[in-house]
Amino acid sequence: MTSLPPASDVKLGLVIDLDICVGCHACVVNCKEWNTAGYGAPLADSNPYGKNPSGSWLNRIHTFEAGHGAEAKVVHFPKSCLHCEDAPCVTVCPTGASYKRAEDGIVLVNEDHCIGCGLCAWACPYGAREMDPAEGVMKKCTLCVDRIYNTHLEEEDRIPACVRTCPTSARHFGDLGDPESEVSQLVAARGGFDLMPEQGTKPVNKYLPPRPRQSVTADEVDLVAMAKKTTPGGFWKWLDQSLDRLPG
Amino acid sequence: MRPAASLIIFTTLSGLGFGLASLIGFGLITATSPKWVMIHGVISLGLIGAGVISSTVHLGHPERAWRALSQWRSSWLSREGVLAALTVLVLAIYFADHLYHGVPRVWLGAVVGILSVLTVIATAMIYASLKTVARWHNALTPVVFVLLSLAGGVVAAAALSALEGMDGTVALTRLGLITVVLAMIIKTLWWLTAGASGSGSTPESATGLGSLGEVRLLMSPHSEENWLQHEMGFQIARKHSHRLAWISLILAAGVPILIMGLYPSSATLLVVAALVHLFGVMVERWLFFAEAKHTVTLFYGARH
Amino acid sequence: MPDDKNLNLSPKSADRIAKTTCYMCACRCGINVHIKGDEIRYIEGNRDHPVNNGVLCAKGSAGIMQHLSPARLNAPLKRVGKRGEGKFEKISWEEAMEMASSWLKPIRETDPRKLAFFTGRDQSQALTGWWAQQFGTPNFAAHGGFCSVNMAAAGIYTIGGAFWEFGSPDWQNTELFLLFGVAEDHDSNPIKIGLGKLKDRGIRTVSINPVQTGYSAVADDWIGITPGTDGLFILSLIHVLMKTGQIDLDYLIRYTNAPWLVIRRPGSADDGLFLRDENGQPQVLDHKTGKPISAETAGIRPQLKGEIALPNGGVAVPAFMLMAEDWLNDEHSPEASEAKTGIPAERVYALAGAIAEAAFKREVVIDQPWVDWKGEHHDKMIGRPVAMHAMRGISAHSNGFQTCRALHILQILIGSVETPGGFRFKPPYPKPAHIHPRPAGKPDQVKPSTPLPGAPLGYPMSPDDLLVDDQGQPVRIDKGYSWDAPLSAHGLMHMVISNAYAGDPYPVDVLFMYMANMAWNSSMNTRGVIDMLTETDPETGEYRIPKIIYSDAYSSEMVAYADLILPDTTYLERHDCISLLDRPICEPDCVADAIRWPVVEPDRDVRGFQSTLLDLGARLGLPGMVDADGKPLYRDYADYMTNHQRKPGIGPLAGFRGQSGKDKGRGDPNPDQIDAYIANGGFWSEELPENARYFKMANQHYQDFAVKMGFFDKPEPYCFQIYSEVLQKFQLAAQGHGKNQPPQHLRERIKACFTPLPQWYAPFEGDMVDSDTYPIHALTQRPMAMYHSWGSQNPWLRQIHGHNPLFIPSGLARSLQVQDGDWVWVSSHHGKIKVPVAVMEGVNPHTVWTWNAIGKRRGAWQLDPDAPEARKGFLLNHLIHELLPMRGDGLRWSNSDPITGQAAWFDLKVNITKADHEDDASAEPAFPILGTPPDLEKPASVLRYGDSIIARDKKENNQ
Ligand SMILES: Nc1nc2c(c(=O)[nH]1)N[C@H]1C(S)=C(S)[C@@H](COP(=O)(O)OP(=O)(O)OC[C@H]3O[C@@H](n4cnc5c(=O)[nH]c(N)nc54)[C@H](O)[C@@H]3O)O[C@H]1N2
Ligand SMILES: Nc1nc2c(c(=O)[nH]1)N[C@H]1C(S)=C(S)[C@@H](COP(=O)(O)OP(=O)(O)OC[C@H]3O[C@@H](n4cnc5c(=O)[nH]c(N)nc54)[C@H](O)[C@@H]3O)O[C@H]1N2
Ligand code: SF4
Ligand code: SF4
Ligand code: SF4
Ligand code: SF4
Ligand code: SF4
Ligand SMILES: [Mo]
Repeated sequence: MTSLPPASDVKLGLVIDLDICVGCHACVVNCKEWNTAGYGAPLADSNPYGKNPSGSWLNRIHTFEAGHGAEAKVVHFPKSCLHCEDAPCVTVCPTGASYKRAEDGIVLVNEDHCIGCGLCAWACPYGAREMDPAEGVMKKCTLCVDRIYNTHLEEEDRIPACVRTCPTSARHFGDLGDPESEVSQLVAARGGFDLMPEQGTKPVNKYLPPRPRQSVTADEVDLVAMAKKTTPGGFWKWLDQSLDRLPG
Repeated sequence: MRPAASLIIFTTLSGLGFGLASLIGFGLITATSPKWVMIHGVISLGLIGAGVISSTVHLGHPERAWRALSQWRSSWLSREGVLAALTVLVLAIYFADHLYHGVPRVWLGAVVGILSVLTVIATAMIYASLKTVARWHNALTPVVFVLLSLAGGVVAAAALSALEGMDGTVALTRLGLITVVLAMIIKTLWWLTAGASGSGSTPESATGLGSLGEVRLLMSPHSEENWLQHEMGFQIARKHSHRLAWISLILAAGVPILIMGLYPSSATLLVVAALVHLFGVMVERWLFFAEAKHTVTLFYGARH
Repeated sequence: MPDDKNLNLSPKSADRIAKTTCYMCACRCGINVHIKGDEIRYIEGNRDHPVNNGVLCAKGSAGIMQHLSPARLNAPLKRVGKRGEGKFEKISWEEAMEMASSWLKPIRETDPRKLAFFTGRDQSQALTGWWAQQFGTPNFAAHGGFCSVNMAAAGIYTIGGAFWEFGSPDWQNTELFLLFGVAEDHDSNPIKIGLGKLKDRGIRTVSINPVQTGYSAVADDWIGITPGTDGLFILSLIHVLMKTGQIDLDYLIRYTNAPWLVIRRPGSADDGLFLRDENGQPQVLDHKTGKPISAETAGIRPQLKGEIALPNGGVAVPAFMLMAEDWLNDEHSPEASEAKTGIPAERVYALAGAIAEAAFKREVVIDQPWVDWKGEHHDKMIGRPVAMHAMRGISAHSNGFQTCRALHILQILIGSVETPGGFRFKPPYPKPAHIHPRPAGKPDQVKPSTPLPGAPLGYPMSPDDLLVDDQGQPVRIDKGYSWDAPLSAHGLMHMVISNAYAGDPYPVDVLFMYMANMAWNSSMNTRGVIDMLTETDPETGEYRIPKIIYSDAYSSEMVAYADLILPDTTYLERHDCISLLDRPICEPDCVADAIRWPVVEPDRDVRGFQSTLLDLGARLGLPGMVDADGKPLYRDYADYMTNHQRKPGIGPLAGFRGQSGKDKGRGDPNPDQIDAYIANGGFWSEELPENARYFKMANQHYQDFAVKMGFFDKPEPYCFQIYSEVLQKFQLAAQGHGKNQPPQHLRERIKACFTPLPQWYAPFEGDMVDSDTYPIHALTQRPMAMYHSWGSQNPWLRQIHGHNPLFIPSGLARSLQVQDGDWVWVSSHHGKIKVPVAVMEGVNPHTVWTWNAIGKRRGAWQLDPDAPEARKGFLLNHLIHELLPMRGDGLRWSNSDPITGQAAWFDLKVNITKADHEDDASAEPAFPILGTPPDLEKPASVLRYGDSIIARDKKENNQ
């Protein structure tokens, strides 16, 4: 049934570091290639070579700009399903196709039961669900449920495809239900936050904010002083003295 | 949101059908002969059926639609399905029973009436329960749906009554006048309140980047439109929405009020009133979808 | 819970995993190709691979779609229509090879120069260059000339190695990272991995870039410099650091030519040259005796200051004195440059302070004893942990060579090249210019039926090494190594077509190209180039460029303009060799090379180009490709990779050599070598000894290791060349000395640009066009998820970048009254284009930019003619001309760096006006729809990749 299961202790999810995501789309495409021949139906593309190409993807990168003028900052922003604790996409589903796993909190769609009504996508505030253009069923991030427990994969590869492929290590995977886990520690240390907390979805995935700019600015008085200090007696005198101090 | 024809047709036709059914059920109009029982049955069940069929058109897998009856404990869509199915069933029994016994069974009618209203409420709750669309997420939304359904039902009932040459036509027209006016007052109120409400979410809260300043989309994840943008990024110009709101008011309320006020027993004109009302509600429904802003659009350049 | 009963948590992702090398770009990461049945299920990064450590970028992850592109060519083609019509007839390989050899044979037997062989994004230059050499034509080059040759050359001439992917920041140890003009670079994944490491350690990154996206977006500090002014900015940093004594004198004395004595005898032919002894050894002033002595003498302490009188007049002073005189001058102060660079002086001081602080207050010490080339023992490796990296933001300007030299000198002054925390070379670099060969192809070296005595590309050390005739006129078709571009170490790819068209310096007969989309995004003046390719001589009716042979794997824009197409395979279907003789994949701590091998078999009548080239070579009887009986020596490229020896013991692949397969670097051919590579994951790598990892240019352990590996035949230690004697020799020639002197019209330019210490001069186009008419700089950037033109056929990648807006600064948008989605006209001295805009804050206020190579010609790449790439995508190339505006003397210079011939793509200046609103606007110029080769695969209207794999899985699971 599409009621949510009792809150599980294990809350698997992603932690995404906006401070280092360079917007390379590696996670986006690797996610697509892993999942198009894996979980459920292929992730189809319509007009792949045509006028308005579009397809289903489980992860997308937006690029935002915040602030104005010299202070403006460009931020690359990956977004996939946040595996919410209070997932409205699950409770609205009329068929039970959409469900949250009791054991680890992963939100999935059983594509064999999905009627493709699209309501769950309307219920998701984040745009984390997409209707497959060919199969007519709802697609969403599976947290690579077919990798993370996959005994055919090497232990170290039992992580989501997007995490494994991210060149900058901007994506972390783990149990956010365990305060001792690496991901929980990261969230605590870096002030990880929820997207749209006001929607009451209680996302499991967390975002780490871009760190404040450590601009090399004139405020750093020491550096400027260092760069402006004049060599006593002028350059050549300084040179002589320094050379004398050299060994040999 | 992109207005889907199937959903507009579904909510308007079935809304009208359930409105009519509830009037029949509550005994505000009672067929006077087996022929008219049949006609009432065909019209009310037909409207509901046409709506339901149309609603399955937008499904990716209509053949699995039966599964939608399973999740009534949490899902308004499922509840709507269950209730609609029940209503149709009971309504059919009601007519059959009426035909068979020659008189309607009052308690059965009451059940029909209640189920019909509940179904319309369930339909409305599908939208009203979505926090992602601020306009819909409003206590007035189900009231509007129910009132419009009832108003349509009364106008249709009045038309039927006039066609049938019953005595109560004028009383029904009066009731029609009242419900239409009430529906339109509430709808206008809805426009003024729900229509003006924001989701409380902003690009800043959506991205969590508010501390850096105003957040603007610089590059979309994909250069051409994707399904989310297609589905939820639909935008209608203010100018058009105003014009359409007026059109819907005039069609759904103005014209029927005029007709019902001036020619309370003209069968032809009452049929016209019912049809015009239906078109008006369709326009209203189109706007209901078209003006709805989904929080997803905050990730795609919308400001609020 | 309605858990999904069918949910399989442990599906098998592969029947077999084939490990090979990615070629969705030139980064060359290791990949694990998961294969099910005969279909590719998944491609992931190879965790063991030195380049990518397991990660994979967007392009690499979309490899399946590239491999299956409907634009793949499927058979050799002979042109039947007119050039550009795209009408072809399929022919057999035999016919194709016969045709090619019948065109080339007579050329070789009469005048080998009439073959111009230019290769683009090629990674087999060790083979193609050798082939050209054996053919005997000097007219060979690869893509470096339009890419970043000035940066490569500046690096080689200054420090013996370059940025590109030839060196790397010391990600583990650096304390401050400066990134100049990089959007993506060849080291695509390594840079990202490195940036991730820096973030992990909380190390400050500063990006100097007019545009704040990608790496600049995550940098802690962004300096939005005005394009083309980095040289000024860098020299002002140098000015401040020198003035305040924040330089590493010990390092300068030991590892650079700062102490070398320079002759000062103005007007004489040796003015500005190094004072040398009778053995040609440069001299320094010995601290103890105050006398000149060979710089190579062990145990001395050379002086940086002083002067000695020379017997026949004049004096000699340490180069350091010239450096100080020059850079301490107030014209290099931050205040003097701020108006041009747009960077307030205070920020320059602050950055200089940050550099000094990191370099000198946070020095990195590695407890690792080592011995230098003079035999001195050092018990530690001490580093100045400021790392820098740069790429085309500097090199795509006509002043890029000198700017890049200035940058290397900044690195040297603080002692951060090849020291812990600084910039590190990847073997086989460092390798300074003087131990590279000189270019072959002097007039007397080009003879019928005779190989050139050496490789066509090399590093000139003086005007004597130029490839010019008696009149000083160019002998190469691209005018490489002529006075136009004396140090053009990679040739001038972007000038080949226009010179061949103009018959200047002479006409060619066959233009043979490989993997370069010259009829579109890799040319300047695209329309002009198309015309040159199609124009006929009115007298003979023959095309101006009579015959064009081209090898591509896909239906690119260029295909339509060739006469004979030799279709290549995709990267998953062929053998390839990523060789130490070419652009290797080494990392600073390891030597590595790699292969590609056919992990799937081609299903079309196509052949790996290298095999084709060897076949052609054999048909032409080229020495080294045939045996004594004239029979082909190599069956195919795989055979060549295994058995070819450049010199005894040295072959294309350095790993698993010798009969036993245990030899490294040097060793006899091993018949099982390729299998050994495959078993090892497609690559071979060998760690450097711990004591050889830094100071490589002066490190005995490294030099010995390099000899052992076969990089050199004897140790080749050297000093960094802050003061460039090579440039001074060209300067002297321009001043009228020596037997080889520049033609009159180039003298002033050479005097201005060939300064032995780097100077900044204004980018040529910026200087020559009126900046009131064209006030705005226009740039391109590499999109991380797209590779030049060839990514657009990829249905996944093109959803990310299907068209490219022109990003314009918000101030400009306000004054033009345009918003996102509006259209503007952009004009330059050469042309006018119409494009959509997007407004941005994080960009230099005088700069607009767009993504490179997204715009496509209608009809190419098997895309719908109405594809967004053609309707809303555009190229800036239409605005860029290969020649600069006419000068007073009526001459037009090429739009290149005058030193190396590097194409100056980013010198472009434009004017922007708002376009009238149209509901369905299209980018202009629009070209007619290009015809496509026959019988290409029909593009699918819906793609469901994985369908059959899933179906197969289901069946298996049910059994
Ligand atoms: N994904 C992907 N990777 C690629 C390629 C690709 O097409 N796609 N191409 C490969 C090739 S061939 C090359 S040559 C490399 C090039 O790699 P990059 O050097 O990263 O090339 P560009 O994208 O041209 O980036 C130039 C950068 O310099 C900035 N810039 C422009 N003018 C100036 C200036 O005057 N000063 C400064 N400081 N910055 C400036 C631009 O804003 C831009 O960010 O990338 C290689 N890697
Ligand atoms: N405006 C502007 N223009 C630029 C630049 C810029 O920054 N701005 N950058 C310049 C630079 S740095 C470069 S390097 C050039 C790059 O320009 P090119 O080297 O021309 O690069 P591509 O467009 O990728 O073209 C390569 C060709 O190789 C073909 N190809 C792909 N794979 C294979 C294969 O396996 N075998 C064969 N035989 N062919 C294959 C492709 O189909 C394509 O036709 O562009 C230059 N043009
Ligand atoms: S792969 Fe990593 S760096 Fe690249 S877009 Fe995804 S999260 Fe960002
Ligand atoms: S992000 Fe959206 S799809 Fe994912 S669990 Fe939350 S509401 Fe559901
Ligand atoms: S689209 Fe599928 S998963 Fe989503 S609500 Fe409808 S039936 Fe459930
Ligand atoms: S966890 Fe898996 S399915 Fe989800 S975004 Fe990452 S790769 Fe895609
Ligand atoms: S950077 Fe990407 S495309 Fe280039 S070789 Fe590596 S994985 Fe392949
Ligand atoms: Mo390049």
